[in-house]
Amino acid sequence: MDAFLASLVSIGFHGLAYGMILYVISVGLSVTMGLMGFVNLAHGVFAMAGGYLMYSLMTRLGLPWLPALALACLLVAAGSMALERLLYARLYAAGELPQVLFTIGLIFVAVAVARIAYGPLPLAAPLPDFLSGQVELGSRSFPTYRVGVIVAAGIIIAALWFGLERTRWGAMVRAAVDNRAMAQSVGIDTGRLFTTTFALGSGLAALGGALGADLIAMTPTYPFEQLVYFLIVVAIGGLGTLRGPFLGALLIGIGDTACKYWVPQFGAFFIYAATMALLLWRPQGLLGRAQ
Amino acid sequence: MKTLTSALLAGAVALSLAGQAPAQTVRIGLINTYSGPMASNGDQIEKAVNLFMKSGQCKLPAGVKLEIIKRDDTGINPETAKRLAQELIVRDRVQMLAGVVWTPNALAIAPLATEAKVPFVIFNAGTAMITTLSPYIARTSFTLWQSSYPLGAWAAKRFKTAYVAVSDFGPGHDAQEAFTRAFTEGGGKVIGTVRMPPPTSDFAPFLQRVKDAKPEALFVFVPAGKSATAFMKGFGDLGLGQAGIKLIGPGDIVTDEELPNMGDVPIGVITMFHYSAAGDRPANKAFVAAYQKEYGPNAWPNFISVGAWDGMQAICDVVAAQNGKIDPDKTMLLLRGWKNPNSPRGPIEIDPRTRDIIQNEYIRETRKVGGILKNVELETIPMVKDPWKEYNVK
Repeated sequence: MDAFLASLVSIGFHGLAYGMILYVISVGLSVTMGLMGFVNLAHGVFAMAGGYLMYSLMTRLGLPWLPALALACLLVAAGSMALERLLYARLYAAGELPQVLFTIGLIFVAVAVARIAYGPLPLAAPLPDFLSGQVELGSRSFPTYRVGVIVAAGIIIAALWFGLERTRWGAMVRAAVDNRAMAQSVGIDTGRLFTTTFALGSGLAALGGALGADLIAMTPTYPFEQLVYFLIVVAIGGLGTLRGPFLGALLIGIGDTACKYWVPQFGAFFIYAATMALLLWRPQGLLGRAQ
Repeated sequence: MKTLTSALLAGAVALSLAGQAPAQTVRIGLINTYSGPMASNGDQIEKAVNLFMKSGQCKLPAGVKLEIIKRDDTGINPETAKRLAQELIVRDRVQMLAGVVWTPNALAIAPLATEAKVPFVIFNAGTAMITTLSPYIARTSFTLWQSSYPLGAWAAKRFKTAYVAVSDFGPGHDAQEAFTRAFTEGGGKVIGTVRMPPPTSDFAPFLQRVKDAKPEALFVFVPAGKSATAFMKGFGDLGLGQAGIKLIGPGDIVTDEELPNMGDVPIGVITMFHYSAAGDRPANKAFVAAYQKEYGPNAWPNFISVGAWDGMQAICDVVAAQNGKIDPDKTMLLLRGWKNPNSPRGPIEIDPRTRDIIQNEYIRETRKVGGILKNVELETIPMVKDPWKEYNVK
């Protein structure tokens, strides 16, 4: 019995760390899809850019870990804003097919650029001393890095929820998701709102990518390899909500870890089976609203 | 008019002769992993082959030349490997095939070697049964049984329980089977086994399971290169060493060129393997010195480099022995029993019966020597034949 409880703690812990990172990366995707109705498959590019930028800032410019993380996140947010204005905005009125083709194309470009700039091998920025080793909690020891990931992601998520639920900007975003025409008619500048929200989502993805680089390896094919997980998180959770993707991400994180722990021979089978079952049961996602 | 025509004709003949390579150019098709997330292993082959060709070790009769045609299989990718081998044989008319980091790729190429009668010298892929798939295959690298079986016997004298964690493809299955067999024969008990998907970058869930099971020793095979480093990182992060679990395995997990990236985690890891860059044989010292002269003082050759280095030597020797005119069956006859008493890894020989390599295996411990990690050879088990074939090939 003790062994079983210990295994539950192990799975819960590693699943939580993975799920939290997955959530921080994909929440932006859920919001942009819900807000703008835009299918941005290239979302993972921003997460990858965050990881690689942080690597460059630390190894080339010698910045310490925390400033490098913050700067990488800000740079990606700024870059994504430019991309949104120059490229994405032109396709808001287009159908889903042009949007999908465009964003897939963007992934190909990003993969090629990353391969030229960083080579084909996985890279990770060196972790600071305070994130290596183990911490003792009760009678068990846990890897410090993962504890740090859970704490940091928790803070980010709390700040995000506070921002969307309690601030004026959050109210505007929620209004625009609910009914864009009405929001516009009461004087909300939805174009500007889109840009800032897009930048925020991309910045969060970069933060997640950089923070989680030791969990989800940084390789040039990252945007392709991880895309299916981001989409599953959003599909399970439902579009335009914050809590839905959170549930989705935790489900994937804990389910995937449990599967690796107990039945490793099934590989990723569980995730896909669970996704199919969930979507058959609730096609709009766990917390999505029926159309 | 007549003179003009004949002059033109002579010119055309001369041109066509000039366009053709000399008759004794031997074309070798090298299939290797140059791109993708596992490309660091292919890089070891590439560097060893180039160094070998530059070193003057390849002594060919006058007029005979080697032309190496390189192709990229991009990783564990049997369809691509097969297509490349086909193109090399049919279009480029290569007379021998060589290279191949990955077992699945070697398996895909084997039937083509038989069908086209093209001798195929394997520089790395280490699953035991590969050489049984075609009479035109010879191997200069190693088999997982060669290291994992003696390691199992060694471990049974020191540990009562072990956990086995391997990558879920051919070499991993071999390592698991070989170790488990020898360890249980010696009286040890395997209390758990896990097969991990080969492109794993986060080993924490698997390792957590091992930690919770509390074995005395953990036997591991993951592919050399970045996978081994990611594994070692997980081992350190989860504190398995502090929990009193001894890490053992074939040398892939402490591959020489990645040791500088592994931190202090591998100190004390015991491995059984045929090559360490720290080996103190004069031939190895010369090899490492030449490698570092060419590629920089921080570049380390590993077992893959040595497999390719010796493989190129074997190819050169059989080409020279036939004076550049390659006959497939004669080539295989020459490869069977081919010897090099002075390889960087010690004496080696191709088993005339199985066309697989016979070589020393060394028990090594990873230690910090002069500030850097090295795989220090402690004991030698001389001239080990592939145990799998002793059991399975009559």
